[in-house]
Amino acid sequence: MSLQEDIRDFIVENFLFGDSGGLKDDSSFVKEGIVDSTGILQLVAFIQERYMIAVEDEELIPENLDSVSRVTAFIEGKKRLLAPGSAAD
Amino acid sequence: MDAELETTRICTRIRELMLTQVKRRGVVVALSGGIDSSVTAALAVKAFGRERVIGLEMPERHSAQETLQLSGTLAASLGIETVVEDISGILESVGFYSRYDAAVRMVVPEYEEGWKSKIVISGIMERPGFTSFHLVTQDKNAAVSSVRLPFKPYLEIVAATNFKQRIRKMLEYYHADRLNFAVAGTPNRLEYDQGFFVKLGDGAADIKPIAHLYKSQVYQLAEYLGIPEEIRKRTPTTDTYSLPQGQDEFYFSLPYEKMDLCLFAKNNQVPVDNVAAALGLPPGQVQMVFDDIDVKRSTTRYLHLPPLLVEDVAW
Repeated sequence: MSLQEDIRDFIVENFLFGDSGGLKDDSSFVKEGIVDSTGILQLVAFIQERYMIAVEDEELIPENLDSVSRVTAFIEGKKRLLAPGSAAD
Repeated sequence: MDAELETTRICTRIRELMLTQVKRRGVVVALSGGIDSSVTAALAVKAFGRERVIGLEMPERHSAQETLQLSGTLAASLGIETVVEDISGILESVGFYSRYDAAVRMVVPEYEEGWKSKIVISGIMERPGFTSFHLVTQDKNAAVSSVRLPFKPYLEIVAATNFKQRIRKMLEYYHADRLNFAVAGTPNRLEYDQGFFVKLGDGAADIKPIAHLYKSQVYQLAEYLGIPEEIRKRTPTTDTYSLPQGQDEFYFSLPYEKMDLCLFAKNNQVPVDNVAAALGLPPGQVQMVFDDIDVKRSTTRYLHLPPLLVEDVAW
């Protein structure tokens, strides 16, 4: 399973009762009413535990966390920083 | 706002509501020593008479020491009967203190007896982003530290703390039932609009006499109603955590008076630039506050909802 699919599955299972409905990879979680600020905390906990990366205070912004694509790109960027030269999967 | 006219309007309306819908002959008001409960109690005394108002004082182990003194001053100035219910024992019985401490120890393992703590909101003024919460702890030597709260401990701490508001409400209804009184809730407009209350805790009541008033209007009424100055001059506090906590630290992104003005401005379509000039803030920050008001409205909407039914049931 790709990273993007993994994130998508988490969102669908945790916030949409397993029904992906019209969730697109670039749908804004907040604007679409899928995830609220408490949900963002849950998403951050998932990212930290699952991918073993730390999410800093200043990284808690919509650009990093407000869609499946953005979360995917954020995690890939963090992994690249942790392991320079290695490919993020 | 004409304080005298508004006082008359509120008193007329709450008398009417009590007579036609609530049908109880007096009210219980929980007194916190703060401005909102003081004004609510004073309005109730004007509307129903002092013998039909009971002030309930419900301190617990973490309450600020001045709370009882201030609520006592208020009750004496209004000439109303008060009942003191120390809720520490009930909180102990439901395991509040141990649950709270255990939740704090999930992030600060050394937290123990003699330490104090509170939750602080991340400033949306510092950077645009999602709201996050920090746990601030103070050890026995008064050394303070702060850590961002992860999802689980955040929920555990809030859930445990909500016992306080719900236990207080349970006692308010106990006294209301025993006297055939109703319960008066004390939220102001900012709290009511922004969902700053605990569902079935301080959010529960039969009437809410000042829910339509901006905080600055509450202060205006307080002066008109002769609320003691020491209550009117006090900084708003949640009095919920063991460390002193301003409401703007926990929930609102600006100090109260500025937040109040922003809410008024947003509700009355005042342009962002005018608000920014009046408050001495960059327009971008005012826009952030406006956006935050919308986010809080949407995320706390369910707190206002009654239990939802699958279909309408006639009654």
